[in-house]
Amino acid sequence: MAGNTRSGDDSGPLVSIEGVHFARGGKMIFAGIDIEIARGQITAIMGPSGTGKTTLLQLIAGQLRPDQGAIHVDGLEVHRLSRGRLFDLRKRIGVLFQSGALFTDLTVFDNVAFPLREHTRLPERFIRDLVLMKLEAVGLRGARDLMPQQLSGGMKRRVALARAIALDPMMILYDEPFTGQDPITMGVLVQLIRRLNDALGLTSVVVSHDVQETLAIADQAYVLSGGKVVGHGTPESLGASDSAWVTQFLRGLPDGPVPFNYPAADYLDELMMAPTK
Amino acid sequence: MIEILQRLGQAALRFFARLGRGHLFLGYVLLGLPSLIPRFSLVVVQMWSVGVRSLLIIVVSGTFVGMVLGLQGYNTLVRFGAEESLGVVVALALLRELGPVISALLFAGRAGSALTAEIGLMKATEQLDGMEMMAVDPLKRVVAPRFLAGVFSTPLLAALFSAVGVLGGFFVGVGLLGVDEGAFWSQMQATVDLYEDIVNGVLKSLVFGVVVSWIAVFEGFDAAPTSEGVGSATTRTVVHSSLAVLGLDFILTALMFHE
Repeated sequence: MAGNTRSGDDSGPLVSIEGVHFARGGKMIFAGIDIEIARGQITAIMGPSGTGKTTLLQLIAGQLRPDQGAIHVDGLEVHRLSRGRLFDLRKRIGVLFQSGALFTDLTVFDNVAFPLREHTRLPERFIRDLVLMKLEAVGLRGARDLMPQQLSGGMKRRVALARAIALDPMMILYDEPFTGQDPITMGVLVQLIRRLNDALGLTSVVVSHDVQETLAIADQAYVLSGGKVVGHGTPESLGASDSAWVTQFLRGLPDGPVPFNYPAADYLDELMMAPTK
Repeated sequence: MIEILQRLGQAALRFFARLGRGHLFLGYVLLGLPSLIPRFSLVVVQMWSVGVRSLLIIVVSGTFVGMVLGLQGYNTLVRFGAEESLGVVVALALLRELGPVISALLFAGRAGSALTAEIGLMKATEQLDGMEMMAVDPLKRVVAPRFLAGVFSTPLLAALFSAVGVLGGFFVGVGLLGVDEGAFWSQMQATVDLYEDIVNGVLKSLVFGVVVSWIAVFEGFDAAPTSEGVGSATTRTVVHSSLAVLGLDFILTALMFHE
């Protein structure tokens, strides 16, 4: 398993994002962010909706191209890779989409077998054993013959997780893994992310706005806002942060640096003004 | 005035940008076709869902179109005492025009719309993104087999449409209206030409197959990733491919059948 997981310099961070600027549709999403993701750890990237957390994952995986700055993954600059090399890199990265993104026309078993069948020439007997092992790791070996439509939201994510680890990646990117889950499922997912990370020697990046769950398992956390990193450190040091922004986000306060009111003209002026067309 | 011109210009730019995307897309799909050779089973599975599942509508429509041709042809020919030529009329009408055109229109409605909806939904539910993140090219794995299955299926469906249509015409003409059976078949055999009629008809339906499948997979792939986006893409597939089939039919007929 470890054979294909490390290829570059083992001492540096697995992912380093340096001075990345990114705008989409005329809207600035990142105005120069620097993030380092250490090997073997769980790094959380948090921030309110619309701060571009998912965009960040797409940048790391090479689906989007930064306007400025560079992103290195395992020593390779993602945006200078040819399509073939980028695809080789992606084989070593698992991504867990928010929706699971399971193939709706395939069974649970075939979904997990998909990357193995596409990228390896293993005999079907080995594929069967591997798939059952991955499904066992997420506790869904018994659900192998079900179709994705028959699964609950949490089960879908677990199947997607089994699929993401099918090729024994070096890193898994989790896009909002806890959103919309009941407390039990959330607990299961939290535990799975930590267990898989440690048992398989992975590096995990968790993008989320579920503060408690994420901080409970994260080794390092970054808080994003307004296209910048506004705080980072261990969960403990973030909790003790005196940044108004970090405090508002972590405690879920309704007003603060992120105002409750959308920018508008003065309230009194607007009420007293004569109606105009 | 300026504003009207601006809007017109924007609409034209959007149209040409989309046309360009469509052609680039077709180029990529064609480049992806060789990768299907070692994995032809992917195409066979799609031929089942686009081809075999269109059989019922093709066979039923073909039978009725042939029966109507038998009735109309007989009513006209009998005035000139030429009802023995009914077999020729039915066969030529089906092989040259109705077979390729109607089967392509039905194919667009039945299979083309399904292809667009399927690919569009895969896009809306992040399945295509997911595939790309697993280092699998969706153009090769999802789009190319569906496109090829569509291209293979249309001529086969058109041939079947014409065949059952001839049988429908035979049933009405010979079975119900009393046209001489020997004359019906022998005149057809003597007049229908392998190259002029049959091969040209197959070529037509091959062209329609390429165009309809191209529009269907492109609309799905280019759809906005929302339920409304997929819905309107499905409608566009049916409208655009029907128009394309009818327009191309005129051009192809003008090129193929002239004395």
